Amino acid sequence: METNNTHTTSLRVNGNDYQLNILPWVSLLDALRENLDLTGTKKGCDHGQCGACTVLVDGKRVLSCLTLAVMKDGSEITTIEGIAKNEALHPLQKAFIEHDAFQCGYCTPGQICSGIGMLKEGKAHTREEVKELMSGNLCRCGAHKGIIDALMEVKEGGNYE
Amino acid sequence: MNNFTYAKTTDATQAIDQLNGSTQNKIVAGGTNINDLLKYFITTADKLVDINPFTDNHAITELENGGVRLGALVTNADTAYHPLIESRYPLLSRAILAGASAQIRNMATNGGNLNQRTRCYYFYDINTPCNKREPGSGCSAIGGYTRIHAILGQSENCIAVFPSDMCVALAALGATVNITGPGGYRVLAFADYHRLPGDTPHIDNNLQHGEIITGIDLPATGFKKNYSYLKLRDRASYSFALVSVATGLSLDGNIIKEACIALGGVAHKPWRVTAAEDFLKGKEAKRENFAAAADIILQGAQGYAYNDFKIPLAKKAIVRNCMMALNPETQRPGAQPSK
Repeated sequence: METNNTHTTSLRVNGNDYQLNILPWVSLLDALRENLDLTGTKKGCDHGQCGACTVLVDGKRVLSCLTLAVMKDGSEITTIEGIAKNEALHPLQKAFIEHDAFQCGYCTPGQICSGIGMLKEGKAHTREEVKELMSGNLCRCGAHKGIIDALMEVKEGGNYE
Repeated sequence: MNNFTYAKTTDATQAIDQLNGSTQNKIVAGGTNINDLLKYFITTADKLVDINPFTDNHAITELENGGVRLGALVTNADTAYHPLIESRYPLLSRAILAGASAQIRNMATNGGNLNQRTRCYYFYDINTPCNKREPGSGCSAIGGYTRIHAILGQSENCIAVFPSDMCVALAALGATVNITGPGGYRVLAFADYHRLPGDTPHIDNNLQHGEIITGIDLPATGFKKNYSYLKLRDRASYSFALVSVATGLSLDGNIIKEACIALGGVAHKPWRVTAAEDFLKGKEAKRENFAAAADIILQGAQGYAYNDFKIPLAKKAIVRNCMMALNPETQRPGAQPSK
């Protein structure tokens, strides 16, 4: 139902088209989780400090908690639910399993979306640079070593599409 | 967040029209700061005016005078990695990449970077008095925990610091800010954009309500040969500066022709002292001279117990950063100290 303060917002999420009538203060994170039932994207701090809510908007990694859904009308969004190709895991997902890159797993969807964004940006060449460019994703279990190992393996393998 | 309305605008005329009518009609661009402030009820809005659909201000272009114009709506990441900026203004690239996280830099815009608010803990805690958040209520930082607070240019009403890294480089480079509004187009020197707190700490800068930054112009000189940005903070990345320094040097052999030095994390605006730069002109580029210049920059510095350390730290940071500017390749990712 459209009220006088809702805005019709078209989002293409993981290849599916959705049209939402949405209030202006609803974050993209809440729209994904509450309106579209895509709960893979996690609400950590909800203030842009932890990176758990990272998704790809038009190919770029951003924080869905600090994004208003109405402002992304017409955008293409990829969440963790859209990373695997059917049953086939993305190389970074496989590498996360192989390198023990998580314990509780709460930060993992954000780490993986951010990691794919980072790899596509192509600005990190060394381990030190990977760590610097992944600093927006915190892991309170302390799995950072495994996370960086997984990213380095996929980066060096060159297959992250 | 309070309930607000929302309007998309495609040019400055539309945006100025939408901003009219209430001082609580506010611009949103990247949204990385205002959405956070709204969530904490530090700020409220009647209407958010989205300027992202503007047809202009999305490009980085060369100017006829040899300078470069940064569109206000270009993201911080696209600016830092732009070939013109990487090759001609690497100091600006380094400073931008020392700030925030990759995700935030992908969202935040150049215009918005100038207009972000302080991260003073008391400004963020709506249960404590704060003259910046609620004029006349008092300053909780004075007499409180002051690790991140100002040592220069503060007043008895406010000791908050301006948190940007990008703006420290823009101050050192001597950029100008292009503004449009109901009164027409005007240009402000970067040093005149941000304000000291004085008796009006709730006013961060000289942008009037209804005005919009359209772009930032960089002068032709970019100090691409001798530059450095150093950021010192409580963790190695994704943290605001305790002290940061941007240095650009123009050298003739080992003699300084021109020096530009700006500090971040120490004041209510990027801190630049021309007397120190004049002192360095014609002198040898060496540690002793940079130390003497640092003393001039830090004249009148005052700590508030928990931030007393910033005064000697700033001096050492200035000297170290000027020495790094002599060998820019010694810089490390995230503007961390050289090994």
